[in-house]
Amino acid sequence: MHDSILTYARSRYLWIAIALSAASLIAYFLHDPGGPPNGGTWLGYTLGTIGALLIVWLMFFGIRKRHYLNGAGTLRGWLSAHIYLGTALILIVLLHAGFQLGWNIHTLAFVLMLIVIFSGFFGVYVYLRYPTLMTRNRESATREAMLEEVNEIDQNALALADGIDPKIHSVVLRSIQNTRLGGGVWTQLRARDGSDLALDSLHKAIAARENRQEMKTTEMPTMFAMVDFLAGRATDKQGEAMRKLIDLISRKKGLATKVARDMQYQAMMEIWLYIHVPLSFALLAALIAHIVSSFFYW
Amino acid sequence: MSERFKIAIVGSGPGGLSAAARAAERGESHVLFEAEEHLSNTIYRYQKGKFVMDEPGILPLRSPVPFKAGSRESILDGWDEAAKRVKINVRYKHEVSAIKPAGNGFEIKCTNGQIVQADFVVMGIGLQGNIRKLGCPGEDLAFVQYQLDDPDEYEGETIAVVGAGDAAIENAVALAKQNNVIIINRKDEFGRAKKGNEQAILKAIEDGTIECYYDSAPERVDALSVGRKKGRMILATKNGKAQILLDRVIARLGATAPRGFVEGCGVVFPNKDPASVPAISSQYESNVKGLYIVGALGGYPLIKQAMNQGYEVVEYILGQKVEPADAPLLKAKFEKMPGFRSVDEALARVQKNVRLLAHITPLQLREFMLDSDIRAPKPGETIFNRNDYTNTFFSIVEGEVQVVVDAEKNQRVSLRRGEFFGEMSLISGRRRSATVLAGANCVLIETPRRSMNRLINSVEAVKREIDEVFILRAIQSRFAPEASAEQLAEVVAASRLERFKAGDVLFNEGEVGDSLHLVRVGSLTISRSIGGKDVVLSYVPAGNYVGEMALMGESRRSATARAAIATETVRLDGDSFKKLVNRIPVLRLRLQSEYRQRTAANLAMQAMPSGGDIISFLLAQGAGEATDILLIDESLCVRCDNCEKACAETHGGNSRLNREAGPTFAQVHVPTSCRHCEHPHCMKDCPPDAIHRAPNGEVFIADNCIGCGNCVRNCPYGVIHMATKAPKKPGLIQWLMFGRGSGPGEAPHDPHDKHVGQLKQAVKCDMCKGIQGGPACVRSCPTGAAIRISPEEFPAYAQSRR
Ligand SMILES: Cc1cc2nc3c(=O)[nH]c(=O)nc-3n(C[C@H](O)[C@H](O)[C@H](O)COP(=O)(O)OP(=O)(O)OC[C@H]3O[C@@H](n4cnc5c(N)ncnc54)[C@H](O)[C@@H]3O)c2cc1C
Ligand code: HEM
Ligand code: HEM
Ligand code: SF4
Ligand code: SF4
Repeated sequence: MHDSILTYARSRYLWIAIALSAASLIAYFLHDPGGPPNGGTWLGYTLGTIGALLIVWLMFFGIRKRHYLNGAGTLRGWLSAHIYLGTALILIVLLHAGFQLGWNIHTLAFVLMLIVIFSGFFGVYVYLRYPTLMTRNRESATREAMLEEVNEIDQNALALADGIDPKIHSVVLRSIQNTRLGGGVWTQLRARDGSDLALDSLHKAIAARENRQEMKTTEMPTMFAMVDFLAGRATDKQGEAMRKLIDLISRKKGLATKVARDMQYQAMMEIWLYIHVPLSFALLAALIAHIVSSFFYW
Repeated sequence: MSERFKIAIVGSGPGGLSAAARAAERGESHVLFEAEEHLSNTIYRYQKGKFVMDEPGILPLRSPVPFKAGSRESILDGWDEAAKRVKINVRYKHEVSAIKPAGNGFEIKCTNGQIVQADFVVMGIGLQGNIRKLGCPGEDLAFVQYQLDDPDEYEGETIAVVGAGDAAIENAVALAKQNNVIIINRKDEFGRAKKGNEQAILKAIEDGTIECYYDSAPERVDALSVGRKKGRMILATKNGKAQILLDRVIARLGATAPRGFVEGCGVVFPNKDPASVPAISSQYESNVKGLYIVGALGGYPLIKQAMNQGYEVVEYILGQKVEPADAPLLKAKFEKMPGFRSVDEALARVQKNVRLLAHITPLQLREFMLDSDIRAPKPGETIFNRNDYTNTFFSIVEGEVQVVVDAEKNQRVSLRRGEFFGEMSLISGRRRSATVLAGANCVLIETPRRSMNRLINSVEAVKREIDEVFILRAIQSRFAPEASAEQLAEVVAASRLERFKAGDVLFNEGEVGDSLHLVRVGSLTISRSIGGKDVVLSYVPAGNYVGEMALMGESRRSATARAAIATETVRLDGDSFKKLVNRIPVLRLRLQSEYRQRTAANLAMQAMPSGGDIISFLLAQGAGEATDILLIDESLCVRCDNCEKACAETHGGNSRLNREAGPTFAQVHVPTSCRHCEHPHCMKDCPPDAIHRAPNGEVFIADNCIGCGNCVRNCPYGVIHMATKAPKKPGLIQWLMFGRGSGPGEAPHDPHDKHVGQLKQAVKCDMCKGIQGGPACVRSCPTGAAIRISPEEFPAYAQSRR
């Protein structure tokens, strides 16, 4: 019932792709062009046409995907075919070109095609791997719920910090401002959030309060002003509140990391399409150029 | 001596108002009592700007008071104006508390102490009932309210919400966004609420956004003149008294059904079922002579029906003979009947020919016929097909039909005039178990599920007769189609219906078996205790049986059978069943072969107990009552939301599916999406009966939805929304090329935002009924993560996931 795009319909399209490749290979070896094999022989034309049609059909997937009323098959079936037949293209085009590659517009089309196809491989890889990771990471919360909780923790932490000391308050505030979830593509892909910074400094502050000798006075003057304050004047009640605050911020850190990772997975599952799709358009253009120029040469 | 009127009307809803207006127009002495300060409280309490529908469209309006589809405000204004124009003698803030026969008429007592006499009483108090108040001093203070229209209206206040039901929770959660909310719960849990609401409130309490007092009840509310808060509430809690300073109290304690009051007036209800309505004559008179009932209370839940009845009832009281407004409709229906002469004659013929309908009152019959269709199919025409999901009920007025018992052998059974069929699917909520073809001279009444259920619930004799026939037919079709009714008589006589609540045990592993159960409503799970843990091995939907093996050799139950949801079974007595088996040798063979298959399937499940966990998880999500449920495999789902986009795109820009929401177990995710329940809760209380089930099982909402929102509240899975009709979207190419309109999956935006005063109707998943290729969500999932399956497939599904 639930099976992956690779095993869909008992990998029907894998077999079709293999059959297509085998037929092309056999034809290639049986065919004697009376010269080096290339795109200009009848077999070359045939394979080239098959390749070009395949590319057009592969691109049509983008339209089919948005044609929700279309009753022709399931999208999963289409994707399974897309993957296998797309892969078969490598061989078909190589045979078409008789393995003659040079520095020309024809090879440009070929290279573009390879990039599209390999980005497709990457896509399949993330599609197969990341969903599971994502579920595991989320532990059945939704991203929205996690974000909401982060927000709540922030509010509570601020309230707590306010009760301790204005300086701690400002540290917490800074930590909140530093936590930037989402943001640019790059941040999303690296799965970083800025929340650890403040946590580190708070941990240091606590450690220092418990053990004054460990203090080294080189970096972060504000932090040390704070530690001084804690070590010198803080009451037990404030220490207690401080510990609570650290608990809160640790919890938030855990959550923020989760959200960031969630976004990373999501971004990974989408980013490759930004190569796959635009380059497939470039490929189409190069292909047209190739076909037109081939006829001129001729 | 108190005042005396000819007609006293209680309740100024559409029914009562129309009656009072007609009495005033006729110049009769009358009085209209209304509990509130305004007319028609039910309509008054609709949401501001609500578009009120005038369903059923074909029914003409007959009333001195105008009514046409339009906004709530325009309708209420029209009614106020009409009440003045015809000079209705209305008494606001007069809640009637007792109606007693006195002398030649009635004595009517109001809660404010006023007493009047009247010759006749028309009761039109609707079904909304009286809102339950706090029941403590201060319950009527200005800042104590019993309704909340728009939670965003309040900001920065301290608000105590009293109650633990869905309304209270929804209000509390919505208010907590901008206010400091305290919820007061009489009990120590929120078990009465829908699952989603319960989770939401527990989370809010845990997070500290809402404060909760459990085991607490308000003792007093006081207004304060000093300090920043308007008032305070004194609470009795388990640990003593508590005081809350607050700005506002919102009490959502539900309403007391009006039934108690009505019964107090001497009116009898046919049975305890809360859905039952009092029996009234074709002139709307109840069993109490001179006391008439109109509108929703009498079982007519639409405004226009209530208004027509209000008019007619006054005419009847005055001794006039009026043809009911629905007569032309009935005539149009009966005209299809060969040999039709008049509506009255046709009604009489129906009642004479169909024994089942002989038990009901003339008004019930009229209503029954209004909802039903007369069909006169040609011989050989299909009435319905085996495996259709329809749930209408058929009575044979003339001629006969043929039930195809065995399609291969072309074995058929005839049913003749006076008999009925279709009760199996009506009761079990499952597919039709056989195809039915029309015979010669066939005239049928086809009745929708709601009307039939209402009849079954209000007339005991109808229920009894249907149940008897059901038991015989169920046993016959499930076990021994070749046996005659006489051969089965003994088993049938020794069988009885049993009911189980979700989780109840039918029998335990190891017990001595003395009976078997044929599931007629609901479903069961079969489980065994393996290594101290209860492992679910299989799922038994309605129409199947359990427990036969303990009767056929093995003396002890080999597994435990438990109701997965509220379930009803036909319990067959062991001894008489054994006799039947001995008499019919093929039955034994049949049972044995089914037993072998089951044992094999159980062993396969036992080999992988984790499969049982998946089934248990699904059943815990209420999937046991589903007919078709959307499951997403999270290890395949790439979160592209193409399923939601597809749903929105094929359904006017509103996705009826929320992919992300919902629980997940072992990578199986149950998104918030309609399950097309066997007995859809959403259908329960739909005034225009707009929710139907299509032959393929899709539960869908038709266009005559009046937007009352009952279904939204009744669906336990939160899958129905209210939405306005979406404007048309330009096509894909136009969007791609010219950037026109909004893109695929985006909500269409309306250039002339005209949402206000527009009709909001309920929308839900219709499983893409009418779209070729099946549900768009499933078809548009690129990775095959989204599938739709029915509970019968759960065991196979669980096994496929190792
Ligand atoms: C949200 C919502 C939307 C709806 N939309 C539509 C729609 O668009 N179209 C449609 O046709 N139907 C609609 N309905 C159904 C419709 O409102 C009812 O069918 C109709 O109001 C029933 O009329 P009634 O006269 O029987 O009683 P009601 O309208 O319920 O009126 C009863 C009146 O009696 C008063 N009363 C009660 N008890 C006493 C007492 N003891 N003493 C004195 N007075 C008393 C009440 O205050 C009230 O004013 C909707 C219902 C709801 C809840
Ligand atoms: C209708 C489709 C096609 C036609 C008519 C066609 C025609 C030709 C011809 C005539 C040649 C020989 C040119 C020469 O030797 O100089 C050629 C070579 C080639 N074709 Fe195609 N072709 C088609 C499709 C494709 C496709 C889909 C690709 C891959 C993207 C492709 C890639 C190449 C390459 C790489 C060569 C070798 C160029 C070289 O010799 O350096 N062709 N093609
Ligand atoms: C030259 C060959 C190919 C072309 C022109 C092509 C083109 C496309 C296009 C236009 C889309 C639509 C993307 C969208 O609209 O969202 C797409 C999607 C995709 N392609 Fe290809 N593709 C090619 C080869 C491949 C190969 C070889 C693979 C895998 C091995 C692959 C894997 C995918 C995947 C996984 C998707 C995403 C499906 C989705 O999420 O909806 N493609 N491709
Ligand atoms: S809307 Fe809700 S109650 Fe109605 S069929 Fe769907 S899931 Fe069941
Ligand atoms: S479909 Fe829902 S909202 Fe519409 S009338 Fe029926 S119950 Fe009310």
